[in-house]
Amino acid sequence: MSVLAAPMAGSRARTPAGRVVATLNHWVIHIALGLIGVIWLVPTLGLLVTSFRPRSDIQATGWWDVFNLHLTLDNYRQVLEAQGMLQAFVNTVFIAVPSTFLPLAICSLAAFAFSWIKFPFRDTLFLIVVAFLLVPVQVAFIPLLTTATSLVPDLQLTRGYVAVWLAHTAFALPFGIFLLRNFFITLPPDMIEAARIDGASDFRVFSRIVLPVSVPAIAAYGIFQFLWVWNDLLMALVFVQDSSKFPMTRAIQNLLSQYGTEWHLLAAGAFLLMIVPLIVFFSLQRYFVQGLLAGSIK
Amino acid sequence: MERAGGQPVRSLNGRRHMGLPMPAELTRDYAAVGGRIAARRARGPEAPNYGAAIFFLLPAAILLIVFLLYPSLYTVLLSFNRGRNGAFEQWVGFDNYVRLFGDPDFINLSTFPPSGALWNNVLWIVFYTSIVIFLGLIIAVVAARVRYESVIKAIVFIPMAIAATALAVIWKFVYSPDANIGLLNAILGNFGVSPISWLGDEHLVNFALIAVGIWGSVGFATVILSAAVKSIPAEVIESARVEGANERQIFFRMILPMVSLPISVLAVTLIVNVIKLFDLIYVMTAGGPGKASRVIAFTMYQQAFQAGQYGYGSAVAVVMLVLLIPIMVYNVRRFRTGAVT
Repeated sequence: MSVLAAPMAGSRARTPAGRVVATLNHWVIHIALGLIGVIWLVPTLGLLVTSFRPRSDIQATGWWDVFNLHLTLDNYRQVLEAQGMLQAFVNTVFIAVPSTFLPLAICSLAAFAFSWIKFPFRDTLFLIVVAFLLVPVQVAFIPLLTTATSLVPDLQLTRGYVAVWLAHTAFALPFGIFLLRNFFITLPPDMIEAARIDGASDFRVFSRIVLPVSVPAIAAYGIFQFLWVWNDLLMALVFVQDSSKFPMTRAIQNLLSQYGTEWHLLAAGAFLLMIVPLIVFFSLQRYFVQGLLAGSIK
Repeated sequence: MERAGGQPVRSLNGRRHMGLPMPAELTRDYAAVGGRIAARRARGPEAPNYGAAIFFLLPAAILLIVFLLYPSLYTVLLSFNRGRNGAFEQWVGFDNYVRLFGDPDFINLSTFPPSGALWNNVLWIVFYTSIVIFLGLIIAVVAARVRYESVIKAIVFIPMAIAATALAVIWKFVYSPDANIGLLNAILGNFGVSPISWLGDEHLVNFALIAVGIWGSVGFATVILSAAVKSIPAEVIESARVEGANERQIFFRMILPMVSLPISVLAVTLIVNVIKLFDLIYVMTAGGPGKASRVIAFTMYQQAFQAGQYGYGSAVAVVMLVLLIPIMVYNVRRFRTGAVT
């Protein structure tokens, strides 16, 4: 498959000296890659081990003291119940699910218009969407908070989830429209034309033809957006004001500022935050990587 | 995206298209309708369909106008106002900007090395971007020579799935000055080095944070560059080998030039990441010790929501926007020339 999968220095391995060099090079490669594997695994592994160690052990010895290992689930019990991480987990789900499906629906609709419906200034409008890709969320904070409170003081959008849903959705649109439009335009024009000639309405073409054949692209974008929202701290910091509705990222940030050295709680909390993205990553790795590759512009 | 072939399906009315992808649609024989399409095209270009365009675009247009366009204009205007409580009550011209660029916590060029939040972004751009690309390319090229390539790539990629908040906890743990907690100081302790407060020393803190950023992003660079390296045709490299080129020549004279476009796209993405960088700093150091590790996005949050200076905070947000405009132009240009897929 790959050029570079060819053995190292293939052309030079013909002489005995060349073969020694090639073997040595091979060992250097294995050692270097092994070292990289260790550096990228050990920090996370250390925190995972710590999350199962009793508090007294954590303070007495490092997690790498594997000959003295006692494991417990107490840390998880404590952080889920006493520290409210269970509620925060539920809150994260409440924030992440609508903030994934709303953009999916709205982006697919808009992307269809940008690829298969004729209207004036279509390409100009699409270039504006491309330009919107990079608008930082920071520009929205002050206007949205002040306008929301001055227009509808009783509504108190930031007391619930509505503000954070809408903000996540709006800032997901440019990327989602961009990604899906670029997929939709690769569909064969004859397929769309044929359906239209058979009398299908635009919405029917969209829902019965374009959407079903685009499931891989939509899934890749959906996974990307879901993890983006699940992992977000900044939007929740600004748009979720009610502490009973804080997602896990904010709960962990609070834990850290209150009990900065209570590692048994922090480690367990951090793993609760990581568990869903890790499951998604390992089970849907292909879609996830595709989404990221396509999204390398965000 | 790859699409497998499949059985031709006859129904375009789509009674059976719900659910999973129907790759069959793409391989359908269209000869039957071809004639009718040609007839329809012969009638001239299709008329614009305003009704459908409005129906499909309206939800997106409303959200983009209310949440992106209107706030951007509001923020630009507010940056020329005192902006107490976010209201337009006292116009101050460029006063917020004058104060911002005169604030040594934002940018201080009078000392060496310079300091301030904006300068920290420069440090991030220089070190984070270059090292992520360098390591990503090395890992992509080297891992391609071993059988466990996919395992290495997956391991390096894992941090991409994890929240910056969790990365911050993981690395605060590694950096802990307590040698019973922090792995780094425990290792150094074995060599007789006394514990170092990585996040507590204002000269070290930025580099300690940049290291975490690099750790978090190398997987992304590896995946992008690995795909680029593999798109180089095998025959090209093989013929160079036959002609006697060594590995170093192949890397510098063939691979590097052929991945230069993906590298530039990657560099732009990483620079955008740096300008928007917030979560990691906020959770790991909250801009400290003192103000040593602040970055521009942190300053915006801090000024607007902790100090309550909305006009001043808006000016910081506008500076972020202005820094991103050249990249927007670059993206739009790249898109118009068709380089973006």
